Amino acid sequence: MEHNGKNGAAPPPITVRDLTMAFGDFVVMRDLNFTVEQGDIFIIMGGSGSGKSTLLRHLIGLEEPAKGEIFYGEENFTRADEEERRRILRRVGVLFQSGALWSSMTLAENIGLLLEAHTRLDPAEIREVASLKLSLVGLKGFEDYYPSEISGGMQKRAGLARAMALDPIVLFFDEPSAGLDPISAHRLDELIVELRDSLGATIIVVTHEVASILAIGTNSIFLDTDTRTIIARGNPRELLARSDDPEVRAFLTRGQEPMEKR
Amino acid sequence: MAKPAPTPEAASPGSLSFQESDSTLVIGLSGRWSVESGLPPLSEVEQRLGGIRRIAFDTSSLESWDSGLLAFLTKIVELARARGLEVDLSRLPAGVRRLLDLAQAVPERKDALRKDIDRPLLEDVGIATIKTVEETRTTLAFLGELVLAFGRFFTFRARYRAWDLWLFIQEAGPKALPIVTLISFLSGVILAFVGAVQLRMFGGQIYIADLVAIGMTREMGALMTAVIMAGRTGASFAAQLGTMKVTQEIDAFKAMGFEPMDFLVLPRVTALTAMMPLLTLYADLVGMLGGAFIGIGMLDITFPSYYVETTKAITITYVMVGLFKSVVYGSIIAFFGCLRGINTGNSSSAVGDATTSAVVSSIVFCVVANGVMAVLSYVLNI
Repeated sequence: MEHNGKNGAAPPPITVRDLTMAFGDFVVMRDLNFTVEQGDIFIIMGGSGSGKSTLLRHLIGLEEPAKGEIFYGEENFTRADEEERRRILRRVGVLFQSGALWSSMTLAENIGLLLEAHTRLDPAEIREVASLKLSLVGLKGFEDYYPSEISGGMQKRAGLARAMALDPIVLFFDEPSAGLDPISAHRLDELIVELRDSLGATIIVVTHEVASILAIGTNSIFLDTDTRTIIARGNPRELLARSDDPEVRAFLTRGQEPMEKR
Repeated sequence: MAKPAPTPEAASPGSLSFQESDSTLVIGLSGRWSVESGLPPLSEVEQRLGGIRRIAFDTSSLESWDSGLLAFLTKIVELARARGLEVDLSRLPAGVRRLLDLAQAVPERKDALRKDIDRPLLEDVGIATIKTVEETRTTLAFLGELVLAFGRFFTFRARYRAWDLWLFIQEAGPKALPIVTLISFLSGVILAFVGAVQLRMFGGQIYIADLVAIGMTREMGALMTAVIMAGRTGASFAAQLGTMKVTQEIDAFKAMGFEPMDFLVLPRVTALTAMMPLLTLYADLVGMLGGAFIGIGMLDITFPSYYVETTKAITITYVMVGLFKSVVYGSIIAFFGCLRGINTGNSSSAVGDATTSAVVSSIVFCVVANGVMAVLSYVLNI
């Protein structure tokens, strides 16, 4: 599977400048600045309710920023019109928290719909590519199953197959291990690393699973609920080793180093 | 005291006894304390607190306990704290002590408690007004988007699955036939009966045919079909789209470059609006059969004369008026079904609300539209 990565010194896939997210008067996070580099497994972490998923929704255009801008490469995603956004998003795959497979379609149709809309493949070829994508996540033979007929873990993997349908250069994962048993969660982690290595994709993961953060993350930001902004950034393993922020330490050690209440 | 004071001998259920010495109140807890058998009122403790500075417990005859005891003890501790009394928990079972500690580890968040806020009337009116304005805005925005989507539809630029359209046509058309048959047949029967009572008084039974034919084609056929379809298809649209919202399927469409308006709303609105006139035509026919059933079967009108009277009464205008109404009703039902579904909140109870409100809005607006069209057709002399 070849993908059309950019040649030469490509700009970082995603740059976020001064992003403020708000619902009405309620500010979720303010003044977020970060860059996701090509090939990163970039972790967006933080406690429950800190706005991790909201940030992801901003990055894929499901919510509009109250302030600030998001760039894909050199293109300004926030200022782009609908047509440009759609073009940018074609190179972006998203795995939603619950899989969000379209329940009225079989797995093959779920994947095929994207291929049908964005490629010139004929129906037989679409079916073949869909089968291939399903086999990549270990679901070969389940082409004609409806999402409701398979287990939660399988739905998630099928969701991943759909996210990869158009060979994205950026892949978003919203709480990938939520609702999975430890072994499936671990396999999914391995799959994420595998995808990065084999497809050359850049991966952004929203999660609070410390085990998988430390296992796969190459870069990260930590969203803090109290200050409503980023309080730490960098490789999660280094953060665990060096960070002196009590909140970050408490998070990464799962409360074994309890933070002092500020 | 409403209840007689419990005695220590009554081992189960849980009971209280009291001993006072040196301004210390020792509360004896005995028997089986369980939430199932209820808790003694706190007032028993409260009325013995006069001159007491310290509370201790005696649990030597306590047989078993669960969170009932914990709840009771928590109340005593709070009461004691409020009055500045010392509480000695040391003689309670270790498990009880640990759980009490746990319960008090995090102080109560006063601001987290929800209270019924007593708002002045004016503020209520203001909030309701703002809400109405907002709702009107989302409704109009949805209408605008739908118009744009139809613009793309008629210029063949809309992207949707043709298969979906067929599915919805089948859902909103053929599958609705049985219930439409039943309801419209009964509507015809009811019209005939209502008319029969009046018309018999001056021997005009034959005009039942006119009454049923005109009533069904102009009004009842379309309206009854609308009510059925609002409850059947409009509700199902709202529930389907609402569930898709909750499971993030709609987000997935947006994130993957599909326009939910084209993909989800267009086929539904098209199917229902197209099927409504056909269903109405069918309902008209079945309704007239219902009328004939009564007219011929019970009022001794012969079939030929009933038939001739019906054909005399019916005009193409009446039928067209009914069909026009049915198109209006169909688009209203599909519109509110999809609107409420797409704008559902993020919980399963929100899906229920969306469904209810889709049906209610549909029926209300159908009747309002009928009123407007009645006035219009009077003015236009149709």
